[in-house]
Amino acid sequence: MPSKSKGSAGGSDSRFFTTQKKGEMHELRQELHSSDRSVKVDAVKKVIANMTVGKDVSMLFTDVLNCIQTDNIELKKLVYLYLINYAKSQPEKTLLAVNTFVKDANDPNPLIRALAVRTMGCIRVERITEYLCEPLSRSLRDEDPYVRKTAAVCVAKLYDIAPELVEDRGFLEILHDLISDANPSVVANGVAALSEIAETSGKDVMKISTSVLQKLLAALNECTEWGQVFILDSLSKYTPADAKEAEGIIERVTPRLQHANSAVVMSAVKVVLNYMNMITAEDTIRTLTRKLAPPLVTLLNSEPETQYVALRNINLIVQKRPAILENEIKVFFAKYNDPIYVKMEKLEIIIKLVSERNVEQVLLELKEYATEVDVDFVRKSVSAIGRCAIKLERAAERCISVLLELIQSKVNYVVQEAVVVIKDIFRRYPNKYESVIATLCENLETLDEPEAKASMIWIIGEYAERIDNADELLDSFLESFEEEDPSVQLSLLTATVKCFLKAPEQTQEMVQRVLDMATEESDNPDLRDRGFVYWRLLSTDPEAAKAVVLSERPVIEDDTSKLEPELLDTLIRQIATLSSIYHKPPELFVTRANIRASADTDEDEYAYEDENDVGAEGGGGGGGPVDLLDMGGVDLNGGSNGVANGGGAGGDLFGLGGGEGGGGGASVQKVQVCDGSSSGGVVVSVGFACTNNSPSMEMDFVNNSASPIASLAVQFNKNAFSLSPANQAINFATPIMPGSTGSFSLGLTINPAMAAPVQPGVPAPATVQVAIKRLDNGSVFYFASNFELECIFTQSGALERSAFIATWKAIPDTNELYSTVQLSGSNIDTAIQKLASKNVFFIARRPVPNAPDQEVVYVSCAGSNGTSFLAELTFKAGVNACKLCVKSENTSYSGLAKDAIERCLK
Amino acid sequence: MISMLYLMNARGDIVISRQYRDDVSQATTDSFRLKVLGAKEGGTSAPIRSIDSSTFVYCRHLNMYFVAVTRSNVNPSLVLEFLYQKIRVLQAYLGETFTEDKIRNNFTLLYELFDETMDFGYPQNTSIDVLKLYINLGKQKARVVEDQASLTSQITGAIDWRREGIRHKRNEVYIDVLESVNLLLSQTGGILRQEVTGSVMMNTKLTGMPECKFGLNDKLSVEKDKNSSNAGKSGVSIDDCTFHRCVSLGRFDADRTITFIPPDGEFELMKYRVTENINLPFRVIAAIQEDGQTRVSINVKLSATFSEKLFASSVVLKIPVPENTARCKIKTTMGRAKYSPEDSAILFKLKRFQGQSESMLSADVTLMPTVNKTAWSRPPIGLDFSVPMFTASGVHVRFLKVFDKSGYTTNRWVRYITKSGDSYNIRI
Repeated sequence: MPSKSKGSAGGSDSRFFTTQKKGEMHELRQELHSSDRSVKVDAVKKVIANMTVGKDVSMLFTDVLNCIQTDNIELKKLVYLYLINYAKSQPEKTLLAVNTFVKDANDPNPLIRALAVRTMGCIRVERITEYLCEPLSRSLRDEDPYVRKTAAVCVAKLYDIAPELVEDRGFLEILHDLISDANPSVVANGVAALSEIAETSGKDVMKISTSVLQKLLAALNECTEWGQVFILDSLSKYTPADAKEAEGIIERVTPRLQHANSAVVMSAVKVVLNYMNMITAEDTIRTLTRKLAPPLVTLLNSEPETQYVALRNINLIVQKRPAILENEIKVFFAKYNDPIYVKMEKLEIIIKLVSERNVEQVLLELKEYATEVDVDFVRKSVSAIGRCAIKLERAAERCISVLLELIQSKVNYVVQEAVVVIKDIFRRYPNKYESVIATLCENLETLDEPEAKASMIWIIGEYAERIDNADELLDSFLESFEEEDPSVQLSLLTATVKCFLKAPEQTQEMVQRVLDMATEESDNPDLRDRGFVYWRLLSTDPEAAKAVVLSERPVIEDDTSKLEPELLDTLIRQIATLSSIYHKPPELFVTRANIRASADTDEDEYAYEDENDVGAEGGGGGGGPVDLLDMGGVDLNGGSNGVANGGGAGGDLFGLGGGEGGGGGASVQKVQVCDGSSSGGVVVSVGFACTNNSPSMEMDFVNNSASPIASLAVQFNKNAFSLSPANQAINFATPIMPGSTGSFSLGLTINPAMAAPVQPGVPAPATVQVAIKRLDNGSVFYFASNFELECIFTQSGALERSAFIATWKAIPDTNELYSTVQLSGSNIDTAIQKLASKNVFFIARRPVPNAPDQEVVYVSCAGSNGTSFLAELTFKAGVNACKLCVKSENTSYSGLAKDAIERCLK
Repeated sequence: MISMLYLMNARGDIVISRQYRDDVSQATTDSFRLKVLGAKEGGTSAPIRSIDSSTFVYCRHLNMYFVAVTRSNVNPSLVLEFLYQKIRVLQAYLGETFTEDKIRNNFTLLYELFDETMDFGYPQNTSIDVLKLYINLGKQKARVVEDQASLTSQITGAIDWRREGIRHKRNEVYIDVLESVNLLLSQTGGILRQEVTGSVMMNTKLTGMPECKFGLNDKLSVEKDKNSSNAGKSGVSIDDCTFHRCVSLGRFDADRTITFIPPDGEFELMKYRVTENINLPFRVIAAIQEDGQTRVSINVKLSATFSEKLFASSVVLKIPVPENTARCKIKTTMGRAKYSPEDSAILFKLKRFQGQSESMLSADVTLMPTVNKTAWSRPPIGLDFSVPMFTASGVHVRFLKVFDKSGYTTNRWVRYITKSGDSYNIRI
């Protein structure tokens, strides 16, 4: 029985860290070869100590390796540890250790057998794997459970290095047999290994049959807490055959809700929630709903980190099944001592659970929070009051009076936040609560943040006729027009125009001044564009201007943190994973597999992830992804709505790029790039075309979401072709109703700023990554499509004969790329015509000297991104094919050019 | 799964690290240092962060960060629980408040523990008692082979928290029922939130592999035993409870009996939560008035509602005052009170407080005039206390039965104690 006296650990390993003298390595080397065992052990410890502090001790590899043959288990462990760290850098020498590993894997001591297998799996040197198979297959059948459980994990390790090997050697089958092992730890590790292999390979290696299911459920009662988590997580991926089976499994799983380990509880919750979808009997659902609430609430009594995980998950759960926690809103009230990240999450959930029954109590709470110290929390609380108002019509008045009380506190950031939400309340309930405008106007001087200013200005513009001195108020803002943030400038511009339309006499001079400043002095294109639109509108047809600018705006709803139903379903399946923390499907942040595949081709490919630092999203709901798209002129601000809605009159300014929009363009082969799973139900197919020498992206949309799509915004990631959309806005003449389809032709331009650097000699990736944002609900989705280079072949691609010959000779033969193209006929003229129609120009044609039935055609072409290509086509009479040889100085694009010419020939 | 574990001190140096997978590198830790430590965010930002498509899950022990790095879609609760467990294991080996130096002094032990508790990023055995059987400060004693076999079956077995063959001269069980009360009262004295979280701590010194049966006076199990001697008494309604992994959850789900083979020594048998019919041990009535810009007058009455036979100890009432407080004139009827500038509060301390008694405090606070016009945020009054032999929920232990083959008798000791939770607050 080990002594329980705490703190008795009398280690003194720190002496191994003592500072280094010169020649220390030499000394160490000698000590490693010492015949005295304790000197040897100390020397290895010193080496490991150096490794720990990050010093490179790889030069001692052979010397340390020499110590491996020992029966001292401590020394062995240390040497193994060293090996794991440095094996990769010394693969040849590592092979010297193989014998010892194989020998140790046969040791009579099970701890040593397991140690050998565990370490071998960690040494990721491919040549070692061959030697690993034999001991591993023996260990998987070892009589000792400790060795078997270690071997089970080792299969997953091996699969990571050499998946084929694992499949060929039949390890997966043996692993699967371990699920039925008598020892619970072996079962648990077997399940963990199989789950991982299933996930990385995408194959169903788990194969849960009825008998496997029973074994898993039985093991659930016996294995360690971690094992229970592995088993529950794998159960959650299983789909029960029917409601009865689902109920049966749930019954066996629910006792886990009482476990002290929060991971077990969360995984059990996940299984129950997923299986509940199968169950239709209402009273069963009601019973389960009642059962789930207490454990979820209990999680809120644990460590703050665990609370955070629980709260992020509860956020999803209350959206999917509000009934579970509808009566528990009080437990989400923030405690004074809660860490700020817990308070913020609680606030989100309070807003989701607020109802007319509890709104009084919630408002009292929120008001209390609004006096706390942490600025971010106070702001969020104030804005939460506004969101209550928007959500609950009957409580709106109460909410507004609370907001007014808070404004009286004169605390700068409270006032600003209140102004912003009051603007939203006005947009939700137009012409209802203008009585508060007077109070707001008293606090103009407190506003120093752009969003608050813009909101206040919007309110003034919108209700100009009810504010006696609206023009004076606006005038006071105008003084500093040039220093203002663009959002404030835009807002001011619109508000002034509104004011002018309502009371032309007093404000004529002012509106003139604003338009001047916007169109002449500003270098912000959005502001200039909007200025010009107003100017033209006002000067040509004031009535039309009124119709556009003062048109009725749609009433907003509180959907700031609501998730699309499809995304929600995806995330509910991901309860108790990181996905449920980030509220993003795993493919958006798990890039592990991809990185390996394309590590050296395109660094920029992950730019999206980087910008969109998922963790930074403190719970602001849709806030994060929106920043992705620089929305440019398609501003969502209240102030710009007049224009966006007005459409018609301003069309000529906004609709340039989309001129041929909606028409579908040329007949193009389109590929489905987005199946709707990550885009809230919007299915997109994309192809590329070139009409009148301007490239375009032809898009087909199928709207499987719940709401119609009227307009979208589009953005490209940097790409190898410098492509960017000519216009970021996609406006459909008639909105795509749910269930129907629509198409759009997006004009493309070459923009040097969009060039993704392509390294010379490395093939340029053909993919163009596209982000699309739905303007109606703010959701953003992404897809990638392979661009076709011929779409940017220009008319200037033709070369003089002499220039062609000179260039051809100048390019080394190593830059040549060959292929054989099947043709529909053997007529050379047709082929030349086809090529010419795609801007691939004919240069010369001559028979092959020694082969009378062959002829060679030379062509050239150039991409508008500055690339140029030469090609040689060899035709043989009577053969419906030709040999193609592409040559270019820039080999990065040769492959793409070859593919492009092949397509042109077809 | 977890790709790397490391310990980082507050300066951002890695104290020790262990890489389980090669999809992250040591360089990855730099981004954590820059973004989390650099921004002085520790403690205020979320404990799960995604930086450069790696996810960092972390928690703290003293001034050290325990960080797990992953690139896959892991179960975050699993990672956190593992980190907590890891800290507990280290505490068992190195002492409750182990420091950076302690870790450096025992780095070989640390590496052994890193390897034994996790393999390829999957948590393995984290049971302290069992780990101590074969990992002992790097000094592995040579064992005979038969021993090894029983050891490995112990490590991997269904009962990995207790080894066979334990002997004690006297068989004893100490039970501590610890309750903490969380309370939030509104300005008007209305109860906004009240909750008791209890935990049953056990210290067992029992021989062999005894099976124990434990019962509280919770409503459901009392009702079940209606016809026994408890008839007539009503139990406490427990909202929810969680159990140590030695408890058979299946049995509890079936018939509400708590049965287990206990670990040897100290452990937390169960936790429970009660929200109804709570006996609040203290009442606080406060009147705090701001007179103009420069004066605040405070009157507080604290009264104990529990039986006069009991005494509360270390009672501290923390009454907030504005930050620009210059002087406090305080009068109390019992206990000592003083103004503490660093807390911006008056601390009113009573070492011993008898049940049914009360104490008054009145204070005149003079403020320094300031240019800052923002109103005082009036944080809530906080109360700390502990009351032995009292449970706010009314929970008590009904029985503990110990069955062992040898049929020895067991001595039992039960203690109760109720403390203030992390928030026993009264808004003012």
